Amino acid sequence: MAVSQDKPIAVEAGIGARFVDALKRFFDGDIWYSFTRSPVVIVSAVVTLFFVLSSIGAPLVAPHDPFDLASIDLLDAEIPPLWYADGDPRFLLGTDAQGRDILSTMIYGSRISLGVGFASVLFAMVLGIALGLVSGYFGGTVDAVIMRIADVQLTFPAILIALLIDGLARAVLPRDFHSEVWFYVLVLAIGLSFWVQYARTVRGSAMVERNKEYVQAARVIGIPPVLIMIRHVLPNVMGPVLVIATINLAIAVITEATLSFLGVGVPLTSPSLGTLIRVGNDFLFSGSWWITIFPGAALAVLVLAVNLLGDWLRDALNPKLR
Amino acid sequence: MIAFIVRRLLQSILVMLAVGFIAFSLFTYVGDPINNMVGQDTTLEQRQELRERLGLDDPFFVQYGRFLVNAVQGDFGLSYRHRRPVSELIAERMPATLELSFVAAVLALFIGVPMGVYTGLHRRGFLSQVFLTVSLIGISLPTFLIGILLILVFGVMSQDINQAIGFSLLPQLPTFGRGETTQIGWWSTGFLTQSGILALILPSITLALFQMTLIMRLVRSEMLEVLRTDYIKFARARGLTNRAVNFGHALKNTLVPVITITGLQLGSIIAFALITEQVFQWPGMGLLFIQAINEVDIPVMASYLIMIGFFFVVINLIVDLLYYVVDPRLRADKAVAGGHQ
Amino acid sequence: MSDPAREFRPSNQPLLRVDNLRIEIPNRRGTLVAVDDVSFHISEGEVLGVVGESGAGKSLTGSAVIGLLEPPCHIAGGTIHLDGRRVDNLPYEQMRRIRGREIGMVFQDPLTSLNPLYTVGRQLTETILTHTDLGEKAARQRAIDLLQEVGIPAAAERIDHYPHQFSGGMRQRVVIALALCINPRLIIADEPTTALDVSIQAQIIALLKRLCREHGAAVMLVTHDMGVIAETADRVAVMYAGRIVEIGPVADVVLRAQHPYTAGLMGSIPLVGHDVEDLTQIDGAMPRLNAIPQGCAFNPRCPRAFDRCRRERPDLQPVGATQAACWLFDEAAAGRSGTHG
Repeated sequence: MAVSQDKPIAVEAGIGARFVDALKRFFDGDIWYSFTRSPVVIVSAVVTLFFVLSSIGAPLVAPHDPFDLASIDLLDAEIPPLWYADGDPRFLLGTDAQGRDILSTMIYGSRISLGVGFASVLFAMVLGIALGLVSGYFGGTVDAVIMRIADVQLTFPAILIALLIDGLARAVLPRDFHSEVWFYVLVLAIGLSFWVQYARTVRGSAMVERNKEYVQAARVIGIPPVLIMIRHVLPNVMGPVLVIATINLAIAVITEATLSFLGVGVPLTSPSLGTLIRVGNDFLFSGSWWITIFPGAALAVLVLAVNLLGDWLRDALNPKLR
Repeated sequence: MIAFIVRRLLQSILVMLAVGFIAFSLFTYVGDPINNMVGQDTTLEQRQELRERLGLDDPFFVQYGRFLVNAVQGDFGLSYRHRRPVSELIAERMPATLELSFVAAVLALFIGVPMGVYTGLHRRGFLSQVFLTVSLIGISLPTFLIGILLILVFGVMSQDINQAIGFSLLPQLPTFGRGETTQIGWWSTGFLTQSGILALILPSITLALFQMTLIMRLVRSEMLEVLRTDYIKFARARGLTNRAVNFGHALKNTLVPVITITGLQLGSIIAFALITEQVFQWPGMGLLFIQAINEVDIPVMASYLIMIGFFFVVINLIVDLLYYVVDPRLRADKAVAGGHQ
Repeated sequence: MSDPAREFRPSNQPLLRVDNLRIEIPNRRGTLVAVDDVSFHISEGEVLGVVGESGAGKSLTGSAVIGLLEPPCHIAGGTIHLDGRRVDNLPYEQMRRIRGREIGMVFQDPLTSLNPLYTVGRQLTETILTHTDLGEKAARQRAIDLLQEVGIPAAAERIDHYPHQFSGGMRQRVVIALALCINPRLIIADEPTTALDVSIQAQIIALLKRLCREHGAAVMLVTHDMGVIAETADRVAVMYAGRIVEIGPVADVVLRAQHPYTAGLMGSIPLVGHDVEDLTQIDGAMPRLNAIPQGCAFNPRCPRAFDRCRRERPDLQPVGATQAACWLFDEAAAGRSGTHG
């Protein structure tokens, strides 16, 4: 959360002083206070942080490298978790059908899941904020067109739009090329299905600000509209945008997992949590439940933690709901 | 009233034209339809002839118009993969999806709305906290994971669990396909056989759970919003009974926004059905669509898109009309004039 | 402070008696005291004006009397008696029977006080049916009569209209009809004209005053408008930062204000024959509830504050025809300050 505080402020000079100031205000403020008062939220933050850190440091944290073919032995296939009689001390949570360590594939899988999640939220945020600013500031036809597109898109569930964009990319791009750029395709597919919320929020605020006198005055003395918007509109919407972004991160992770589960997301060569679940699903009936259930649990815990954070953030920033 | 309906209808048609346009663009610009239809050994002349016969050299808008005319008549062309008319494929698969969605929608509404009302009224109650916690878990579990868990418990492990605890707590439920279906005209229904109904249980719960929690949370927050309003306070100040205030006033006012969003949710049940269909190998439109995406079967993709678009537009239209029925403010009467002093 | 209610009791028991009322708002950082040690009474048919800046606690006091404080606000001390019966600790259902039947309430904003989804007739009849044995038809007739009484033209026709079809002034008339429909003995009017056009305010106040007199209802008129008080109220209580600083007959308070705060308030309305010296402007703003200064809450803004004002909190004591909570008048009440807590 502290990271987000510097965004509206970093625009101008004196970043250092302003940042310290912002931090001070943050730890003094209600949000930090309500954070320290809620054990559930603290646990959620710790869990999220844990996932993020282990994802970043996956090569250091994971006991095995699941992509190093030399270290994988088919003889190790489908070993149950450690606490079973035929468990293997090398593999805490057991192995999958190819003899890969489940724990390690999970750590690398979360890395991909979170990577796609963060990237698509960022993409949606930038796109949404930009379109919202343009729409709210200029109004008229531009606004009408952007908002009509938003209306139509909002009619359809995000997962369907992501599926369609991903399917289109498959149809248009050659197969080899697609297996190289899948990450960007996914980010595009998921990001494009989320921009509307940001755009609407920012647009509302931009429309209010546009008519204020200081904006008119700034225009008269020749300050470019872009700067006005960034200086005055963005700080006002950072709260709601942050809430949307947090909840979107949870949805983005679910969407990626769902796409991967449907077999159209992340390729098998670099499995995300969703892919792992999909692959493990085939072994459910043979009794090797751990191949699918552990990645599933990891996914559920991650999404739950992020959702809890989002829920709390929404309430903390909106005093009316308290 | 009529002006309102006409305006909504026009908007719906516009949305359908946009969806049709996207679908048509898929046809026209993604891959070469001729390549997908003919074999390797077809000569260039034959290809050109086919191209002309299909009108692929006509101007853009002529082609788009023809596409629309065909689509309205239910003609979506041939599936590249199955070599059969897409309309036939969809008609075959549609009953499965619609029956599943219907059962899930009923479950989601009839459990989600009362739970939302309850948690809204008893904001700090113990049961409310339980519902809310469970709902948060429900929202955090992706649909496919819920399906997998249900399969694990009721399909794979139920016998073991029953043996372990000594009595049959968990029934063994089907986890694959629709069971036996009965043909009524072109519609195949699973409602009439025992195996058909049993087969519906797990998939419909899977599909309903997410929507249910969403509807519950939505109804709750709207209810809280309404309970804070002046007219609810005034209703209490007039000494109306709790029942009249909560159900006569608060619930009715909650319904206005809830109808809109619930309507959209019901629409997305049909879309989300494709995940459930994949998990349970349910032979519906969604499964067809997923296969089509994997096989780049453009006509199937395009027509699925149009079908879903159509469902959404119809649902939106119904929602708007319902809205109109519930909220008198939308019925712009002439009588307003008399009220001004 | 001498207790006015106690003095009246033997001969004429007041309709409403509030003693040492304390309202607290638990907050994440402690407890705010929004209303502190407030005592007053209202006699049968009397109009008591309650004035003060927003946040002074006057609306909360009104809500407490009718038992509609919204959690987490709650009564933390003191008693409220209606006609000799204690009502502040009644169970919800018993209090509900009193609301509407014995205490009516008129809210600030007529635009939000009425449920937009029901006709005004339905809102009137449901109130009548809740509290009386009348049948549907008789209730409807009574509703029409009431609408006529509050001055709504063509009431028989307008009864089936929705709130949005009425203008603001007309809606407030409907709200007054709703508050009066069971002939309650006390009406709490919470800023009844604040949200209205200035041109309509006088009409509504006149109507409220006339109807309450005709129905024999006493009124607790909460407002920040001294002008309204001056022309409507029999007695007036001035609130500042959760306490009553001065209470007495309206003519005395308006013309011979004792407390420096009241005197400052009077400065806002020009009155013929008023001493120009007293037209002082009050600097600064009322303190926030979490920062009420030690001693007299008004001391930082008071032009006549002295040392004691910053140390000790003054209680109400008789000053001339009114009572004021101010150390300036302590000599007059020396020796009586120890009689209460």
